Amino acid sequence: MTEQQGSSQSIPFWRDVRILRIVAQVLFLAAIGFSIWWLVSNLRTNLAISGLNLEFRFLGETAGFPISEGIAYEPTRSNGYAFWVGIVNTLRIAGIGVVLATLIGTVVGISRLSSNWLVRRLAGLYVETIRNIPLLVQLFFWYFAVILTGLPLVAASLRLPGSIYLSRRGLYMPWPVATDSFPLWSWFLVGGLALGIAAYVIRRLQLRRADRPGLPILWGLGALITFACIGWLVVPGNPLHLDIPVLERFNFVGGLSLSASFLALLIALSTYTGAFIAEIVRAGIQAVSKGQTEAANALGLRKMRVLRLVILPQAMRVIIPPLGSQYLNLIKNSSLAILIGYYDLMNVGTTIFNQTGRAVEMILLIMASYLTMSLLTSGLTNLYNRRMKLVER
Amino acid sequence: MAKKSNGMRSLVISIALVALAFIGYLSVINNGLTRDIAELRDEVAALTAQMNEQGETPLAEAQGSLNESTDQQSTRDVVLARGTLIAGVNAALPGFGTLDTATGEFTGFDVDYARAIAAALGLEIEFIPLTAGERFTALQTRQIDVLVRNTTWTLTRDSQDVAADFGPTTFYDGQGFIVRVADGIGSLLDMDGATVCVTSGTTTEGNLADVFRQNGLELNTQVFSETEASFGAYEAGACDCYTSDKSQLASLRGSASNPADHVILPDTISKEPLGPLTRHGDNEWSDIVRWVVYATFFAEEHGITQANVRTFASEDPEVRRFLGLEAGLGAKLGLAEDWAIEVIAAVGNYGEIYDRHLGPNGLGIPRPGSLNALWIDGGLIYAPAWR
Repeated sequence: MTEQQGSSQSIPFWRDVRILRIVAQVLFLAAIGFSIWWLVSNLRTNLAISGLNLEFRFLGETAGFPISEGIAYEPTRSNGYAFWVGIVNTLRIAGIGVVLATLIGTVVGISRLSSNWLVRRLAGLYVETIRNIPLLVQLFFWYFAVILTGLPLVAASLRLPGSIYLSRRGLYMPWPVATDSFPLWSWFLVGGLALGIAAYVIRRLQLRRADRPGLPILWGLGALITFACIGWLVVPGNPLHLDIPVLERFNFVGGLSLSASFLALLIALSTYTGAFIAEIVRAGIQAVSKGQTEAANALGLRKMRVLRLVILPQAMRVIIPPLGSQYLNLIKNSSLAILIGYYDLMNVGTTIFNQTGRAVEMILLIMASYLTMSLLTSGLTNLYNRRMKLVER
Repeated sequence: MAKKSNGMRSLVISIALVALAFIGYLSVINNGLTRDIAELRDEVAALTAQMNEQGETPLAEAQGSLNESTDQQSTRDVVLARGTLIAGVNAALPGFGTLDTATGEFTGFDVDYARAIAAALGLEIEFIPLTAGERFTALQTRQIDVLVRNTTWTLTRDSQDVAADFGPTTFYDGQGFIVRVADGIGSLLDMDGATVCVTSGTTTEGNLADVFRQNGLELNTQVFSETEASFGAYEAGACDCYTSDKSQLASLRGSASNPADHVILPDTISKEPLGPLTRHGDNEWSDIVRWVVYATFFAEEHGITQANVRTFASEDPEVRRFLGLEAGLGAKLGLAEDWAIEVIAAVGNYGEIYDRHLGPNGLGIPRPGSLNALWIDGGLIYAPAWR
């Protein structure tokens, strides 16, 4: 007893584990802080010696180079705006790519577990081939071998029903364009949105009170569409006008144009990432214990219902974290656009730093953009993960 | 017991915070230090200029010691100490810079000029192939000593943005267009709404946008980082036209799958004077590069060729100074007296270098009547006074 009493007072501080732990952390922090300081000051000193100081004034200067894809842009706009056009283009391809890759991945992943031998083997072949060829090679294959060689020249474009034209330059399709009465109609859209949200909330409260599950999305959408249609009839003239692509001397004018580079990049990115997502989905489904499937079968549920109602919700917990990192991969892989002429942020960024000579600042901006997009994506994924995870007692 | 450990912990944590704050302070004051270095350098430069006016101290000595003290040696000293000249060149442009992958040899117009600089110093040479995007960074960060890679002389590149100095123009070029004969395009004005393929990293994009805007024409572009991809896309029909310097168009047309299918339009939409580059603040080195180029111009003007330079005899005092037989001009540049002989013996005069790569046996760009003729023939190739 006396020993126990005395021990708390007699440990010297250099042997006290609690203090040593804290000291170790402090030293570690100091080491990190010192190395960061040293790196930054080294960069500063070398930049000063070479006469290149970090300054972002060039972002306000006229860009002077053309960007033929994306939001409205003129070469007389500033470098900063040109970079923003590049960011929007990256977001476009990343957004559509993520959706497509998830769809492809889910379908292929589930197919790999099918009881049909042929489907299983084909899915397996797809995954094994696509996963093992570098993305760069696949991208060049889709752009140079498939689109630039396989599709016809613009003058002899493939005409699909509905005035959709496919050629080496890209895909051209009719697209609604706002007319003079669009601003008036947009108020109806806003009102419809408000009504839709209200309908959704009210119906959900109703269901909750009756203790029934359900997400009354159809109610919300129905309200929105009805109100929009009423608005269309009320507003004079047509608020939207279908712009049909017409072949002029060199190119199609009008409608929506998806360039060959965009298509090639989209297909390459989504098939490549889809193959990885397929494996993740398969892992998630296989992680759900067999007892669940057997119990669901015992209840008399059909195959698709078992998958949708029992297996997939449980599999999501295993799928979401690696899925998030595949999305990040897709966003970062989109920087390969520079090799096939798609105006993403990497392409525009390198053009800016070639024209202005400001390499260090532009690289920092490019890194910051990718970092922001990636942090947002992983933040959203983590949010979803937290809501879906197993809550144990 | 709990209270005591809490107190200890908070003490240690507060020490840690103070340490971090101190580190933060250090990184802030370092900013002031680098500013002081730049200010000091300016002051010293101003003072040495003053002293030099009064004829008290040779400027070169002061400059040299100043450079040493701020850890920035003249490239000439660095190169001589290293024993090799590192030159940045193009590896994929027939006529100006190509790499023969079988033998590992670099050949081309620009490559010969890099060899000329090495010969003037009496050194070996090492070539670094660079893309358009990385060439300026390589020069700025001292990976290469000189950049001889068909680079256009522009104000932006001469200014502090790129911090480069240009040597004399070795080739006067202009931007042009190459189109398919079958498309029936006669000139720039026929190209309203056309899609044009370009390679990124050059002045081409800007010039293209300017000229289309000036003429009120619609422009679509496809920009690639590699010339092979860009020209390949044009050949495959993804673009109606490919634009670049006319010399590059000539070389690409020659290497196309069917050269007769393509025609270079007569329009020249920009000035593209190509020449070697050195870094800002490296006057001694820039002088050497500049006068090596002028040596080739001078040699052609006076009929000195690769074959006859070692045995060339003349009573013309200017030629005698050129050959280093009198007046000791080499020492003023920091070179050996026979540096000009070594340059011409290594690569020949301007006409020989031109004919070797861009003449009838090379790209076939006609020289008579163009800007690349000697000044006595109506061109712009002109060497200053040799004294």
